[in-house]
Amino acid sequence: MYIPHTDNDREEMLHAVGVKEIEELFTDVPSAHIFPELDIPPALTEMEAVAHLEKISQSNQSVRDLTCFLGAGAYNHFTPAAVDSIMRRGEFLTAYTPYQPEISQGTLQAIFDYQSLVATLTGMEVSNASHYDGATAAAEAVNMAYANFRGKKSRVVLSPALHPQYRETIRTYTRGSVIDIVGETDGIDPHGDPEDLISFIDDNTALVMVQYPDFFGRIYDFRKLAEAAHEKGALISISTNPLSLGLLTPPGEFNADIVTGEGQALGLPLSYGGPYLGLFATRKKFVRKMAGRLAGETVDVNGQRGFVLTLTAREQHIRREKATSNICTNQGLMALASTVYMSMLGKGGLREVAELCYQKAHYAAKQINSLPNYVVLNDTPFFNEFMVRCPYPVDKINQDLLEREILGGYDLGLEYVSLKEHMLIAVTEMNSRQDIELLVSTLAEVSDD
Amino acid sequence: MTEPLLCELSVPDRRATRFPEADVPKSELPTGFLRDDLPMPELSELDVIRHFTRLSQLNYSIDSGMYPLGSCTMKYNPKVNEETARLAGFSAVHPLQPISTVQGSLELMYTLQEYLGEIGGFASVSLQPAAGAHGEFTGLLIILAYHNANGETKRDKILVPDSAHGTNPATSSMSGLKVVELKSDARGNIDLEALRAECNDTLVGLMFTNPNTLGLFDENVEEVIRLVHEAGGLVYGDGANMNALLGVVRPGDLGFDVMHYNLHKTFSTPHGGGGPGSGPVGVAAHLVDYLPDPVVGCNPIPKSEIKGGDEKTDIYHFIHPPKSIGRVKSFNGHFAMMVRAYTYIRMYGPDGLRKIAEHAVLNANYLYSQLRDAYHIPYDRVCMHEFVVEGRWPDVPDIHALDISKRMMDYGLHPPTNYFPLIVHESLMIEPTETESKQTLDAFVESMLNIAEEAHNSPELLQNAPYTTPIGRLDEVKAAKELVLCCDVGAYFSNQE
Repeated sequence: MYIPHTDNDREEMLHAVGVKEIEELFTDVPSAHIFPELDIPPALTEMEAVAHLEKISQSNQSVRDLTCFLGAGAYNHFTPAAVDSIMRRGEFLTAYTPYQPEISQGTLQAIFDYQSLVATLTGMEVSNASHYDGATAAAEAVNMAYANFRGKKSRVVLSPALHPQYRETIRTYTRGSVIDIVGETDGIDPHGDPEDLISFIDDNTALVMVQYPDFFGRIYDFRKLAEAAHEKGALISISTNPLSLGLLTPPGEFNADIVTGEGQALGLPLSYGGPYLGLFATRKKFVRKMAGRLAGETVDVNGQRGFVLTLTAREQHIRREKATSNICTNQGLMALASTVYMSMLGKGGLREVAELCYQKAHYAAKQINSLPNYVVLNDTPFFNEFMVRCPYPVDKINQDLLEREILGGYDLGLEYVSLKEHMLIAVTEMNSRQDIELLVSTLAEVSDD
Repeated sequence: MTEPLLCELSVPDRRATRFPEADVPKSELPTGFLRDDLPMPELSELDVIRHFTRLSQLNYSIDSGMYPLGSCTMKYNPKVNEETARLAGFSAVHPLQPISTVQGSLELMYTLQEYLGEIGGFASVSLQPAAGAHGEFTGLLIILAYHNANGETKRDKILVPDSAHGTNPATSSMSGLKVVELKSDARGNIDLEALRAECNDTLVGLMFTNPNTLGLFDENVEEVIRLVHEAGGLVYGDGANMNALLGVVRPGDLGFDVMHYNLHKTFSTPHGGGGPGSGPVGVAAHLVDYLPDPVVGCNPIPKSEIKGGDEKTDIYHFIHPPKSIGRVKSFNGHFAMMVRAYTYIRMYGPDGLRKIAEHAVLNANYLYSQLRDAYHIPYDRVCMHEFVVEGRWPDVPDIHALDISKRMMDYGLHPPTNYFPLIVHESLMIEPTETESKQTLDAFVESMLNIAEEAHNSPELLQNAPYTTPIGRLDEVKAAKELVLCCDVGAYFSNQE
């Protein structure tokens, strides 16, 4: 336990306060409910707690035990040791939000570094200090677009190839609002072209949102779609996997107004889903409409360069009910980790890792496509994920793969009625040629018995 | 000497991380989709380590000193939590793995849901929300969904006391609600007359922070809740101040319908320089069906169905609540934060949890008793885990809470929360937490008494403070006016090509 008080300390302090027992400090609490017996197991020592947690963790099979071909928004990548080493520094780990800039320059400058790298990687002009994850960053893009038109445009067009969980999150965020979401409903071909969305864009459209690479791994040039959106006065937002941008044209070049994304691929552990990192970048002209924290450069009283949280007048603690969002945190530590990761890989490494993912995925796709009964459906360029039509239900195949210690791909039938027996396979730099060949040979052996 | 930016440190062709050559035949790259340039830093590993180490040394942190930041509960973040969260069985698990391969994760989540429910007195808990404000938003959506399901669609008004947390009004308007501020009475409680006047059939509910941001436990808590319930409204509890209540009283027992927990405050997960947090939401029985998707469940399986001598009779799985408000984020919440909070709860046990609250409250009252002669305390009552003093004196009108805060840095202290709550002039909100020793508190008191004396004898000392920090007072107006938000990458990289 981490309470340092000795009996003697406690006596002295109670005396100074003017009470005999600690209980006397709680007289405002209704006596009928005070000091309940909590049904929680008794305390463990650190030694016991570690053993207990180790035991629970061993009921999981991790991607260290299994060969992972599962992606769908979270990816198994290599992270240099330097990333965790910096994350563990107590000066970063145990600091609060940098409201006092004189004693928070470390956090503030790291955020500024992060904003610089995210803006550069996405090809945008400004980035905020991050949101919770890719899904909530996408939802904040919807809110920002709606607010940008002062509520006068209420239609939001979502691509059916935007991550299903992001679309669900956007639906939750817009519950009870007048925002009308179109484009993603049943019956619309989830693997159609992005230009199919143009027919949904009207004068009442605030935002069009697509994903790049999309949920099925495909990469498209969104310039035409962006032009169509802009012609109707709408904004376009592109949700991206930042790791792919070591290789691919940044979405800023497609004239995106907003770029969001899941930053997990930039050096964050899978950790069963979180904490991850929500990227959010935009154009300078929208900076005051953007939610979330921002670090800005300034000088101190001696003219020395320093950094502060800026444009705080948009934020909840100043604007209260008129704020752009209720957000009160960013993903500080995860943003820091991604900044260390991007610094460690740098210009050369970011390109190399993206290219490795691309090459290995394409090799896997070719091998799988050559199997009888398996068809790779990506006929357009893709990054590191692709869709496979399988001869059997995906959960059956994945069971067989698991027996060979392979974590199979994502079952697309869970989210798309038209994609029963379709698997989404992700390949990263972590998968060796041997791994891929084991996957292919196991798939070949799967039968329906 | 300031630390250069990453882009300023970059040197063409320098490398840190290298990857193996591709072991597969190469495919053609997607022409037309290749980026022209990638102006990212080029550094050695030592460059990177030194840069971030030097930056870290410019930070104040709990590990380096006392952090009496009111309503933020800056307690010690145990190191063991960092180890358990990094066990490969937890940290290297993909969120979409088959249920059979993640029974450990689900067991931990299920058990943590149960513990939090027990601690708060709630029927069910969702671990999904990513932070406190996210939990508030989730809680309000649950309340609105409940009213809608009961055909109560004209309810559109939410009450927020003036002593509530700053995020409450923003959350309410984000949820499309009309915010009505409730005044506090002379003792710092919710003004019952003001409350009665608003209790009618347009009432959605009340966002109730108790203890409030004055650090006071509302003396009429049960009456407040009864009035809201009588009008058909629900009561949302802001659990940011839960550290005062662990093992002392369960908000669910007092009638709160929904509450969020801050794992990053009460349950010791690190603040990380502003996140990630974790804001689970607990609900009373009538709201269980509305929780965000998914919740973890545990079903006993009949022995007859167990294959191959597997002794395990419980299986953990995801439940999709029937009237769920939907998903509030991707995947399964901030799982690594749950591992830390779970470790923490197991190490304290039920008696230890009560001791946390008792010592947090004792520490606050001790500081209160030592500072009350030198600083004006507007609500003079026994406080809970925090209290608010005025950072001003009538005889030195030019000294403000900000000046005191800046001077505290010279004493090696992090300032308290200042200018919040808004109902106290020049407020300084002080929360010591239970992990500070009497010796640390005494040193804090001595510094605060010195500063009070300096304010009277040499006020310019405060007005020009801090003197000992890595950087002086910063020009925030310039930052907002010029808006330099990222390094001018072009200036560093394009010339180097």
